[in-house]
Amino acid sequence: MTEERAIDVAGLVRDFKGGVRAVDGIDLHVGAGEIYGFLGPNGAGKSTTVKVLTTLLPPTAGRATVAGYDVAKDGAKVRAAIGVALQDVALDPMLTGREHMRLQGGLQGIPRAERGRRGDELLERVGLSDAADRKSSTYSGGMKRRLDLALALLHSPRILFLDEPTTGLDVQSRTALWDEVARLAREEGTTVFLTTQYLEEADVLANRVGIIDRGRIVAEGTPAALKAQVARPTVELVPHDIGECAAVGAALAPFGARVPPRTAGSIAVRLDSGADQLADIVRALDNANISVANLALHEPTLDDVFLAKTGRSLEGAADVPEEAAPDRERVLA
Amino acid sequence: MTALAHSALPTQVGLLAGRAVRRIVRQPAQLVFPILFPLILLAVNTSGLDAATRLPGFPTASYLDFALAIPFMQGALFAALNGGQDLARDIQGGFLDRLAMTPMSGAALLAGQLGGALFMGVVSAVLYLVVGVAFGAGIASGVGGALVLVALAIAISFAFACFGTFVALRAGTGEAVQGFFPLFFVLLFLSSAFFPRDLIEQDWFRVVATYNPVSYMVEGIRSLVITGWDWQALVQAFGLSALAIAAFLALSARALRTRLVRT
Repeated sequence: MTEERAIDVAGLVRDFKGGVRAVDGIDLHVGAGEIYGFLGPNGAGKSTTVKVLTTLLPPTAGRATVAGYDVAKDGAKVRAAIGVALQDVALDPMLTGREHMRLQGGLQGIPRAERGRRGDELLERVGLSDAADRKSSTYSGGMKRRLDLALALLHSPRILFLDEPTTGLDVQSRTALWDEVARLAREEGTTVFLTTQYLEEADVLANRVGIIDRGRIVAEGTPAALKAQVARPTVELVPHDIGECAAVGAALAPFGARVPPRTAGSIAVRLDSGADQLADIVRALDNANISVANLALHEPTLDDVFLAKTGRSLEGAADVPEEAAPDRERVLA
Repeated sequence: MTALAHSALPTQVGLLAGRAVRRIVRQPAQLVFPILFPLILLAVNTSGLDAATRLPGFPTASYLDFALAIPFMQGALFAALNGGQDLARDIQGGFLDRLAMTPMSGAALLAGQLGGALFMGVVSAVLYLVVGVAFGAGIASGVGGALVLVALAIAISFAFACFGTFVALRAGTGEAVQGFFPLFFVLLFLSSAFFPRDLIEQDWFRVVATYNPVSYMVEGIRSLVITGWDWQALVQAFGLSALAIAAFLALSARALRTRLVRT
């Protein structure tokens, strides 16, 4: 059986005790072989969605099929088709890497003869061959993640769920994991559903991104399309004389709102009507007799998209109280 | 779709029990403390309380013979606590979720978990018996009785392990399991473990000890050491253990179903 859609979700709702609605009616579709990035701040509902899709939590309402099977009714069939690496690395500190592979392989029903070979092969691929006989309690954070990933891949799943796979990893480990995920999709046609709170991760890896905030998907599309949708670049400049910062701010005020600059000491403004305003900006600065040391035009990022859709920056968005968020319609307009 | 053969139940149980045993053996504190502590307590009690045997009506002239039943109970308590805490760690750390993502059956998980407890039960029971005999304890029921004693000790240990498993599955935290530790010890102290029931002078204490199932488990073991073949004591001890195993196994199975909320 082949299905065009590896994951199909319609009107999915998940409530928790005390009336907390973690997932508030989401619709999404992921095609076979696609890498789908599910982007949002802490507490947005990413992990809950993953738990529902991986059959660890029943949905409160709505419908979700994974690999063509209903997650609420055909749990066992869904589980056979998917591999899962949850947010918290789930390892037994007392077992070695190789023992983990044997245990998981045995429980997955992989024949004994094949179990060892397949386990060793995966350990090799994630770069843990040398550490295979050490207890997992001695592993670094990156090594634990890699073992977790290898365990998720053991039964050759067609669909892989990765819940914040690189949270807490150093840059090197992160890049290595990205490479492996990209390779899986490219060479083995594995569908990947990946949650992340890192814009860069979604930008680099995902074919398509869904942005979730407070249990709802607020935007969806390819990273490029999402950025084009916002279509408001940022101009960032440094005056020759630091004392002129205030004057620069005043000169730029008509063109858009001040935003936090990427480099300290510079002034950044998101342009209200796009890059066409650049000439006007230069004229305005000239009229005000301000000499500029550096001027750069930044294309919109996924963070800009998040900001535009939710009125908040992704960084620290989870900490913003409910009332502080501006009306979404207004921001979108 | 690749058709994955579900691994057979015995394979799953074997794998999970193997893991449980490995986990115990690799945490020396889990192996040494539960075995050593009861033996040290036995040595201290035997040297200090020997005078108790001169009380009129005390069932034996050797306090070691009398007290030998205590380590078996304490060992069972420790094993139950450690096993329960291991399971709680699996729940808290998400390892249970990982297992739940495989076609593993709930029965295999319980059996595997209790396999570790069984291992601890066998090792410690044999050890207590060997140490007891080496230090001069006489087993009135002979070699056959010694074998029955080991079997009873394992059954009791298993019953407590079922209780520990139930608490872990129900509460899901190591702290909750730890919280039962004092209760276990109160149960042991308010039984006939340290004093024969008919010599207890305090009325309330005698009443509690009479209704305390732990008393009958202790007396079952004790009967084999100091009396010989006391069928009533044995039936009571084995019967209560079997009852506890059945009850807590059923409760554990139900708690596991709630815990493994997979659809």
